[in-house]
Parts: sequence; C-alpha cells; structure tokens
Amino acid sequence: MNTVNAVDARTTVAGAEPLLSAREVSVSFPVGSRVGARMRGEERLLRAVDGVDLEMRRGEALALVGESGSGKSTLAQALAGLQRTDRGEIRFDGRVLPASRSRADRRRIQMVFQDPYSSLNPRMTVGGMLRELLRVHHVVPANRVATFSAELLALVGLGEADLSAYPRQFSGGQRQRVAIARALALRPDVLVADEPVSALDVSVQATILNLLSNLRDELGLTLLLISHNLAVVRHLCDRVAVMYLGRIVEVAPTEQIFSTPRHPYTRGLLAAIPRMTEGAADSSGPAIAGDPPSPLRIPAGCRFRTRCPIAQPRCETEDPVLAAGPDDAEHLAACHFAFSSGAGGPRPERSENEQNA
Amino acid sequence: MDTVSAPILEVRDLHVRIASRRGIVRAVDGVSFDVPRGGALGLVGESGSGKSMTLRAILGVLPTEAQVTSGEIRLDGVDLRQLRGSDVNRLRGPKMAMIFQEPMSALNPVARVGWQIAEGPQVHLGLSRGRAAERALELMRRVGIPDPERRFRAYPHEFSGGMRQRVMIAIALSCDPEIILCDEPTTALDVTIQDQILRLLTQLCRESGVSLVFVTHDLPVVAQVCQDVAVMYGGQLVERGEVREVLLDPRHPYTLGLVRSAPDFEYVRESLVPIPGSPPSLVSPPSGCRFHPRCAFAEDDCRTSETPLRPLPGGRSTACLHYERTLEAVEADRACP
Repeated sequence: MNTVNAVDARTTVAGAEPLLSAREVSVSFPVGSRVGARMRGEERLLRAVDGVDLEMRRGEALALVGESGSGKSTLAQALAGLQRTDRGEIRFDGRVLPASRSRADRRRIQMVFQDPYSSLNPRMTVGGMLRELLRVHHVVPANRVATFSAELLALVGLGEADLSAYPRQFSGGQRQRVAIARALALRPDVLVADEPVSALDVSVQATILNLLSNLRDELGLTLLLISHNLAVVRHLCDRVAVMYLGRIVEVAPTEQIFSTPRHPYTRGLLAAIPRMTEGAADSSGPAIAGDPPSPLRIPAGCRFRTRCPIAQPRCETEDPVLAAGPDDAEHLAACHFAFSSGAGGPRPERSENEQNA
Repeated sequence: MDTVSAPILEVRDLHVRIASRRGIVRAVDGVSFDVPRGGALGLVGESGSGKSMTLRAILGVLPTEAQVTSGEIRLDGVDLRQLRGSDVNRLRGPKMAMIFQEPMSALNPVARVGWQIAEGPQVHLGLSRGRAAERALELMRRVGIPDPERRFRAYPHEFSGGMRQRVMIAIALSCDPEIILCDEPTTALDVTIQDQILRLLTQLCRESGVSLVFVTHDLPVVAQVCQDVAVMYGGQLVERGEVREVLLDPRHPYTLGLVRSAPDFEYVRESLVPIPGSPPSLVSPPSGCRFHPRCAFAEDDCRTSETPLRPLPGGRSTACLHYERTLEAVEADRACP
C-alpha cells in the first residue's frame, strides 16, 4: 500500500510546489590571513557555492553529482542548515527558512555523512545516541523511547540487542545503518545523504543503497543523494543535478541525463566513467582534459570554458544561465550551445559514440 | 600476448603471514599467478582480501610485522626470495617499480618534484646530475605535466592530485622497468582525472612494453587497463581469466556476487543483490572453500575439500567446486535482466 502511494506521489509531483528549494544561494569561506587580504586591499573568498537555484519536490530522489571541490557537500550542508549562506534564500514547505533555524525546522531535514567511522560518537551506545535525540526533540513520549528506538533499528535492519552496543563493535556497513537510524529518529521529511556508500566495500554498498531505496518507498522520504558515482545515482534517483565549480550546470530526469546530456561537462563526466565492456585503449583522448581550476580563480564567463571541447569566444565573456530548452521544461542546462544542434562546433567524439551505442 | 618467451613475473604458492594480537593472520595463502611480458594483470578483491599484501610481497616492502613464509617470486627468472636485501634494492627501479594510491604520502614533501624523478636514473642508471635532470624533464613531458621547465622546481604540495599521480608515473618509468606494480592508483582521484590517468598508463605501457600488475577494488577500472584479471577472496585466488569473460560471465559465486552488488552504469537492475555476511577472519579462516559460509550454492563438500584454482576449458580457471551453478545463475540473470 505504502509503496503504491509513494509511486503515485512521484509521478504527480512535477507541477506541485517544491518541498525544499534554494534560490541564488551562495556560500563562501575566507581563505588565508585577514591581514594579508587587507594589505592586498581585497577580500579573499573561496566561493564554494556561487548562486545556485535548486528545487526538490516532495517524495523525489534528487542526486547532486560533481567532482571534489564542486561545492556539492557545501550546498547540501547549507540546505540542511549546517552551513550559513552568504546570500540567497532557502524555502521549505512554502516558507523561507531563517538563517538560524528553530529546533522544529532542523528536525525536518536530516543528514547522513560519508564516513561512518567518524560521524558516530565512539563513547555513546547506539541506544544512548537515539535516547538523547528523542528526548531533546520530544519525538515520542518518554515511556515510548525504548520501543521507538528498537523500531528504528528494525527499520534499518539491526536488532534490539544492538541498542547497547558501541560504534566500534559494528562493521562499516552496520555503522552506516546506525547513522541512518539516527537521521530517521527525528522523522524528517528530507534525508540528505552525503556520499553514504563511498567509504564502504562494494558488496556492502549494495545493502545500504537497497536500504535507502526501501526507506524512501516506505516512509515517503524526499532524498537528496550526493555522490561522485554516477552508477549509484542512476540506480537510486529520479533526477540529477550536475555541479561544477560552485554552480549547477545541468538538471534533468535521470534517464535524460544519461541518454541525452546537454552540457559538455556532463557529456565528459559520463564518458569518463570506466565501463566493463570497453578498455581505455579502445578510444583515443581523455573525456575531459586538464584539472578543474581553483575555486579561488573562477574563470570569467562560462566557468567550464577552460576545459570545454566546444568553447567559443562568446564563452569567455558571457556567463551562461541555467535554462530549459525549447522542447522540455524539465531539462535545464547552463551552456550557450546546450540546445542548439550543430551551432556549438565539434562535439567530443566519445560522447557521440556513446549515443550511437 | 607473447607465448614464446617466459613470463616476466611468476608467483608460486605465495604465503604471507602477519603477526597480530589476535594471532597469526594468513593474509596471503597460496597465491600463484604469471604475468606475461607486456601483459597487464588486474588483481581485484575487497579490503582485507590480501591483494595489496601480495603486491608488497613482490616488491619486498611488506610492513615489519608481515613476512613471506613460503613460495617463490620469480622476476625475469630470478627468485627474489633468494636474494639479499641490497640485491633486491638494485632491482627496484630498473626491473620493477610501484605506483601507490596516495601520491602525497608516497612523494617526498620537501624535495623538488624534478629531482625526485631524476633520483632513480642517477642512482640506478649512473647518469650525471645534468643528464638525469634532462631525463626527468623528458619524462614530465611524456606523462603530460604542462610547462615542465617551470614545474621541475615545484614541490609536491603545489600539484593537484592528478598531477601528483603523473609525477608518480614518471618516477616509476624513470629507470625503464620491466614491470610496474600499481596499488589502487586512481582510487583517490575524481572520475575525469581517473580517466586521464588510466589512459596515460595504458598508452605508456603499450609504447614501452612494460608489464603491469594492477590492484583495485573497482571492477570497471580493471576492464579499462588489463587483459587478464585474478579475483582474490580471503587471501586466495578464486577465479582467473580474460577480463571481460570473467566480469561478464563469471565462473565463481564470489565474482558473481561482486558483479551483482555493484551498481552498473550501463544497465539498471530492479535492486542490487548484496553478498550476505561479511569477509572471513584470516586468523581462523573457514574450512574448505573460504567463501562457503556466504555462498548460496554451497554444498557439503565445500565445507571440507580444499579448493585450489583449477583450469577450465578456454584458458580460464576457478576455485569453485560447483561452478556450473554460477553458470546457471549467470544465464538466468541474462534471461530476465
């Protein structure tokens, strides 16, 4: 029954008011010494997230992908209220969330972190962690705390006996289950999972991915999954947002991102994924050349132009906006040539091969 | 592949033991394989399967508490275990080289990158300082480090992760080795950089005819660089063969488990099938086949008989006593993906 409802919700969300949305959100960090910056007469800011618009619909699973340093974790932390934003607003359930959130607001967006070895308090038992949370946030009456904790562990596939265990007694996969139980204890609407499986072995990854997928169906959770692994994303998510140097460069339903990527960076990212069926020797040059520029020296104009195979003089001056194409309002890309066929000059060879394959 | 000449590397019945507080860990337990000249062998397995220990045993850089207790490691016909330490030292560089996972911790943080590349040729090939520096510049150019004249005098911290790994590759190539051992060289890198490094590595090896042993946990990465793959589980080899045959048509339930549990980029399954249970303790490993406690196809003889790698038709080998069951499962998977 639950599953059916969740599926219905997923198909009807398209036009509805987003559950969580970011508008023009920027987060930056001061780098280097204040004195040095003053002597040079400039503020030295690392723009980790630089004016991002993003919408999450109720019940959907949205993926945020990008390379390290693209700002995906910072954006997720800003959405979860763990990181102050410099500019922009974050709306949740129809209202703007203030810079410092109330306890009730924080409860509704919860996070699971990458490394289950450092994100759990080593000196608290699992039961202790859950008790503290449930008491502080008054999730259930005091006499139900024990039973509710046991229910939570059952939900993530652990036993009641594990309540009295310390994190060190668990394997990596089990720790990640504890971390998920802890996030779910507050009955959140949105679960933000920051690389939840990249610290785990392959055979264990599958159990956690299946768990996240089941929980989403059972509880109707809205899921924001941050990952650098596009295979994981394809398996779990309805829509994908691709980040590059603090900006979102493309957003589209998962299958469209994989079948008809519009942004040259997305095309390169997809071409760079190692396949079981072909070797590196089978085709010529790398998918994307060069290193990403430092976020302290973001190129003017389009920020991808320094590595872009189809860059034109126009890209050096005009910063492309994230906009939908003529045919599909669901598919947005921030490239001058995203939706004009042929006008963008030569396309990278590899992605064409892929589209044929 | 060259069938006439002898393999560049032969490992026979290698055993590595590690002394720990919990007892003796049988980290590598009877591993045998060959690497043909100019060939690339992938060694895959999860953490704790013994793949890195195998590599370190070959290079002779095991941690102090670990020891090779028996077996042979023949590099170009010479048994490395019979040599003195100083003689093995002489082989590291001109005969074999290693590329590590974390270039930042493998490079010297207080030495200029160019001189780190030039060190090998000076020591092993007897080049003068000037000639070695020239060679380093040429290597930096070959591995695609932009502006080598200026970058020669830079320190490792001034390089990005991908560029540091290029430096590592330049160092590995600096003395024209016969074989390069790679321990997860791209795991710490982003996917677009990983793509660049894998391409560079395959291209350089093809050009210079260097052989590779490539350790990784990432199955598609192996398919990129290697012709052959050996799958490790619990300190032993469980399957070996041509890389695409093994990954797409496995003959061991553990390989099948790995392939099924990894989310694949090319086709999406309804749900992933994890391998139940957890890897075996190598202090007191299970009797018989080490995978039997987690295996869906296990029968009584799996608990009792030893399961060495045995050859199958078509140049492949498996350690599974009942590999036909895996074969059936693979076919069933294909029928309803």
